[in-house]
Amino acid sequence: MNVLVCVKQIPDPNVPGRLDPATHRLVREGVDLVLDPGDEHAVEAGLQLVEKAGGEVTVLSMGPPRALDALRKALSMGGTRGILITDPALENSDSLSTARAIAAATKDQPFDLIICGTESTDGYSGAVPGQLAELLGLPLLSFAKRLEVSEGKVVIDRQTDDGFDVVESSLPAVVTVTGGINEARYPSLRGIMQAKNKEVKQLSLQDLGLAGQAGKEALTQEVVQVTPAEARKAGTVVEDKGEGGKRVAEYLAELKII
Amino acid sequence: MIWVYAETVDGVPRPISLELLTKARSLGEVTAVALGPGSVKAADQLGAHGAKKVLVHEDAAFRDLLAVPAVDLLATLIEKHKPELILFGMTYEGRDIASRLSARLGTALIANATDLERKGEGYSVISPVFGGSLLVTTVPRTSATPLVLVRPKAFAAEPGGEGKPEIETLTEPVSTSKAPRVVRREKEKAAGPRLEDAAVIVSGGRGLGSPENFGMLEELAAELGAAVGASRAVVDAGWKPYSMQIGQTGKTVKPTVYIAVGISGAMQHTVGMKGAKTIVAINKDPEAPIFKLADLGIVGDVHKVVPQLIEEVRARKRK
Ligand SMILES: Cc1cc2nc3c(=O)[nH]c(=O)nc-3n(C[C@H](O)[C@H](O)[C@H](O)COP(=O)(O)OP(=O)(O)OC[C@H]3O[C@@H](n4cnc5c(N)ncnc54)[C@H](O)[C@@H]3O)c2cc1C
Ligand SMILES: Nc1ncnc2c1ncn2[C@@H]1O[C@H](COP(=O)(O)O)[C@@H](O)[C@H]1O
Repeated sequence: MNVLVCVKQIPDPNVPGRLDPATHRLVREGVDLVLDPGDEHAVEAGLQLVEKAGGEVTVLSMGPPRALDALRKALSMGGTRGILITDPALENSDSLSTARAIAAATKDQPFDLIICGTESTDGYSGAVPGQLAELLGLPLLSFAKRLEVSEGKVVIDRQTDDGFDVVESSLPAVVTVTGGINEARYPSLRGIMQAKNKEVKQLSLQDLGLAGQAGKEALTQEVVQVTPAEARKAGTVVEDKGEGGKRVAEYLAELKII
Repeated sequence: MIWVYAETVDGVPRPISLELLTKARSLGEVTAVALGPGSVKAADQLGAHGAKKVLVHEDAAFRDLLAVPAVDLLATLIEKHKPELILFGMTYEGRDIASRLSARLGTALIANATDLERKGEGYSVISPVFGGSLLVTTVPRTSATPLVLVRPKAFAAEPGGEGKPEIETLTEPVSTSKAPRVVRREKEKAAGPRLEDAAVIVSGGRGLGSPENFGMLEELAAELGAAVGASRAVVDAGWKPYSMQIGQTGKTVKPTVYIAVGISGAMQHTVGMKGAKTIVAINKDPEAPIFKLADLGIVGDVHKVVPQLIEEVRARKRK
């Protein structure tokens, strides 16, 4: 089975982000870049499938040249080879351009399954996988918290507001996985060493036949303003000296909750 | 003309549908699209919330198959009617449909919206970033109909339409090829009200110390008729299911009272609950960021404060 996992490199989510007030762009200087933790679960899901059924996991990322680091991390977890889509014209692409570029990169090498995160940790729009599925004419099985492939079929438990739905379709397909689907493995030392020699193919917009159809020249939307949100005001803070629970109950009574 | 994709379950509109209609009617004339068996039954309520016209299609495929049938139908309808804008809820269903549709039409998809404004001939869309500390205004730049995904609870649903809407029943054949099929639905049992509907929410974080200690929050919730929520730390640790998670990657809630117990108040948590009318926080760390937005904060140990609170609530109820 041939699996493609799409991964994104993002600023370290544990460091509060900042926007440049002049350009409205994310400040990337001085911030560590990491493989999106949500996408680590996608890599793990792909690895588990091929460990069971045989086959290979290709990892793909679109981003600046240094997104190679994110691919190396995914390769050190066990991916077979990488694809890096990188082109100055793709800087600040919107999701549709990202999906177009990924779709074009898969044209000459069909995959049985494409796995994505449900949403990126920095952008959290969750738009790319559905757009990708549409461009490739494939079914999308989204929000998987369990994933199984057998006899040419893919079955997932799809997260819902109050439980889950069991959803199935034929292969090939696109699947998005939630953080709850697995524990992502840590790369082993051997994995890290091996990753350095694994093949990573670089593709430009020209290579993809998309010059002028993705990235800067094909923006569907534009950020025109960034303003600070109104903050909530703090109220009373009291130290518990043995009456804290009573104080809360009193307050709830004032609010007519009890 | 603004369209709202109105999610319904067995002919009952989901709350998000009514929230979207309430906002949409303040922007212009509204048409709702409701799909699936029983959707015609939802029309009156959609009308009462602002839909002048409701397009319904009752085929079972819209219920049993993910996204594709709805995308096919919407693409045809958009081509025919050319609405200015379509609003979807940022829900499991809304996201799947809107993302596919945006690629089909080659149009703008603006996600995470919490507000919308008319701007000249078009619309601008406001979404929070960085845990809601900043608001970003985005405008579509395509000639095709832009699609907007609106976060649940961004708007309060209020009736106020002009009464009975015009209903147009659609009957075009529905494609079923290649769409994923729902073969079974499983519900996790939860006691008490749903988080989305609850007037009071008691929510627990890592400060509770162990999954067993969640028991006292459930006890408190039962006394208050409240729903129980959780921080991501607690969900990631496997103490509670994801369906209870509140925050950026979980649910957005707007109860009358939110009681945060042993929750530090990280931005990614507070973005999901700071719309609560009142916030009560119990945390042993006086520097915990949750106190910056709490109306009442108790600096104390959950193991002392919560049992006393339960006792006191019971005592007051007996009176
Ligand atoms: C991209 C991204 C998305 C995220 N999405 C979410 C989300 O949707 N929802 C969410 O909740 N988080 C989310 N997070 C995680 C978030 O940043 C915090 O890590 C998380 O909310 C912390 O949970 P917590 O407050 O329970 O735990 P902690 O931060 O560990 O806080 C525990 C608190 O309990 C207090 N405490 C400890 N012992 C006691 C005691 N005995 N009595 C009283 N108080 C005590 C401590 O003082 C502390 O303040 C996200 C993070 C990222 C990077
Ligand atoms: N630049 C990218 N390169 C590779 N995959 C991506 C990229 N952006 C998004 N994805 C994939 O799409 C998922 C959802 O991202 P998003 O739509 O940006 O929220 C991610 O978890 C990735 O699997």
